[in-house]
Amino acid sequence: MSTPTLLSLVAKPGLSRRQFLKGTGFIIGTLWVSSSALIALAPSRAWALELKSLDEHTGQALLTLTRRIFPHDKLDDAVYALVVKDLDAEAAGAPETKDLLSNGVAALDKAAGGDWLGLAPDKQFEIVQSMAGTPLFGKVRGKAVVSLYNNELAFAHFGYEGNAFEHGGGYILRGFNDLKWLSQPSDGASPKPFTG
Amino acid sequence: MATFAQDDDSVVVVIGSGAGGGTLANELCQRGVNVVVLEAGKRESSATFINDEWGSFGQLAWLDKRTTSGSWRVAKDFPNLPAWVCKTVGGTTTHWAGASLRFHEHELRARTTYGAIKGANLLDWPLTLKELEPYYGRAEDKMGVTRTHDVPGLPGNNNFKVFYNGAVKVGYKDCNTGHMAINSRPRADRGSCQQYGFCFQGCKSGAKWSTLYTEIPAGEKTGKLELRTECHVARIEHDAKGKVTGIVYFDKDRKEQQQKARVVCVAGNSIETPRLLLMSASNKFPDGLANSSGQVGRNYQRHTTGSVYATFEQPVNMYRGTTMAGIVTDEAHNNPKRGFVGGYELETLSLGLPFMAAFLDPGAWGPQFTEAMDNYVNMAGLWIVGEDMPQESNRVTLHATEKDQWGLPVPNVHYDDHPNDVAMRNHAYKQSRALYESVGARMVYIVPPYPSTHNLGTCRMSAKAKDGVCNKWGQTHDVANLFISDGSQYTTGAAENPTLTIVTLAIRQAEYIAKQMNTRAI
Repeated sequence: MSTPTLLSLVAKPGLSRRQFLKGTGFIIGTLWVSSSALIALAPSRAWALELKSLDEHTGQALLTLTRRIFPHDKLDDAVYALVVKDLDAEAAGAPETKDLLSNGVAALDKAAGGDWLGLAPDKQFEIVQSMAGTPLFGKVRGKAVVSLYNNELAFAHFGYEGNAFEHGGGYILRGFNDLKWLSQPSDGASPKPFTG
Repeated sequence: MATFAQDDDSVVVVIGSGAGGGTLANELCQRGVNVVVLEAGKRESSATFINDEWGSFGQLAWLDKRTTSGSWRVAKDFPNLPAWVCKTVGGTTTHWAGASLRFHEHELRARTTYGAIKGANLLDWPLTLKELEPYYGRAEDKMGVTRTHDVPGLPGNNNFKVFYNGAVKVGYKDCNTGHMAINSRPRADRGSCQQYGFCFQGCKSGAKWSTLYTEIPAGEKTGKLELRTECHVARIEHDAKGKVTGIVYFDKDRKEQQQKARVVCVAGNSIETPRLLLMSASNKFPDGLANSSGQVGRNYQRHTTGSVYATFEQPVNMYRGTTMAGIVTDEAHNNPKRGFVGGYELETLSLGLPFMAAFLDPGAWGPQFTEAMDNYVNMAGLWIVGEDMPQESNRVTLHATEKDQWGLPVPNVHYDDHPNDVAMRNHAYKQSRALYESVGARMVYIVPPYPSTHNLGTCRMSAKAKDGVCNKWGQTHDVANLFISDGSQYTTGAAENPTLTIVTLAIRQAEYIAKQMNTRAI
């Protein structure tokens, strides 16, 4: 099971191409100005994902494919890149996964008449729809439904507070019952908290 | 902690350390009986539990290979995960939510009350509520159940507030923060609930009752309990007369070991328990141990479940605080005018962001799914738990070819919904939708059942040996010194979360076994 150790994706300032020579490629980006929850967590707005197994084109296509499968308009590419990171890591240890992903992206390109990434988003989506049920789709969806939503960046974006024990303790003194837009239940139904 | 020799045939062997096995073991020790508990999982603690849904799932869940068949949606969505139960000391009491409700009288007489239902293998329990009541009392006291024994109720969280307001609006009368085995005040050397959430991930404060830090150490303190962890039992052995004599198991180094026993009690939850009896087939018992009725593995019940989540204009933050924070019991009665027999409870439930993605609509993708996730903080949720019909064809069997890491046949779990289950679930979905719409829900999400957390009935109790596997004490009809000590004993499922009744039956069974041993009846 993957655990959220994913801030490592966000690079230190001053990264250079030379740092990535050992890998098979890399994907770089800059956190969107609108991604304020993510910027608050990151040491810098620049981020980079070094690929260990997949080539850059496959990696880029998988990032966009993940976005088409789970389209969150306001969710930064950096979070989608975490899915590519996990797919790439699996491919590094499993040649059959590497083939599945590489061949799958090649099939996307073929269906697009050459370059699926070059199509407009709605055209990309149409091709993805037609490929639902393929092994590529199943692999990416299955990985993404875990990876995309199980990391600190996603937690910050969606407003989920994650590990309560490590981040401030129980909610008894920090908002477990702070909802004000409905009536308070009776004391009989919901007794006062014990904070002694 | 005691240690016993493997050839010591005076001990009682208990297989499993959860609600049934953990309680039974301690209760036997308190009566002076020597007990060896075999637990397939490792020993964790509140200190090692993790507030991380997937991380904790890897730590606690039973992930050995299983297969599924039948028309239930779980077989499609989670073909190798029919049940969400635990392999760890304390078993599924590490993961349970804490809801602790007694059966209703009529639920112990399901066949008499509901009549003959086509396709259902209904049977009355060989027990009455009156017989169980004193043991329910002891179980509630042991577990510190709120709203019993002068233990105050828990405070409701935000998810409860939405639920409560909706319940009042649609006219429900019985909605409160429930009967929970979670300390609302410090009690029994355990602290009070700190409202972490993550009840399903092992309680970090120890406020929620689990055999891991109550029954097991209490038993160890007597000097009569030996707990062997990471020991997977493969077979129960018997002599020429048909009495069980001990067990064979694989230890943590995967070495085959054995333990002799005077009595064997099986509490591996309702998939592993029948699996073990079936794997113990011999020349004398060709269909499996204690299976002269042919009912071992059959009548698998999982409760009629489902969830409903709703999104609102304003934040709820449902994940803060107890996972199961309140209950509506108005639908728990039997009223066939609703179009089904039996009843159901509505209980609040929350999932964190990672599990919401996995369980909201398994297999889903695209904008409808992501819109729901975008509104995660504004979401409230509840879970439906109702009585499902026992069916002979819903059953646990041994897979013909697939083997697990020990080379043992994996269990296959077959389940088809009964029409009564479908009618009940649809009614509950409709009521839940109305509940949330009455307080301004923007979107309501009807969520299919998760992998089963309530697994019941696969070695059921019966008055007559031909109808079931064990008698009213959990003693198998065929083998006097072999007991069923978990939810597998359930004759019918009732509408209530099962742990309290499993603990109740374990306390009662311990008393019976100790007496039977004293009089040399076993």
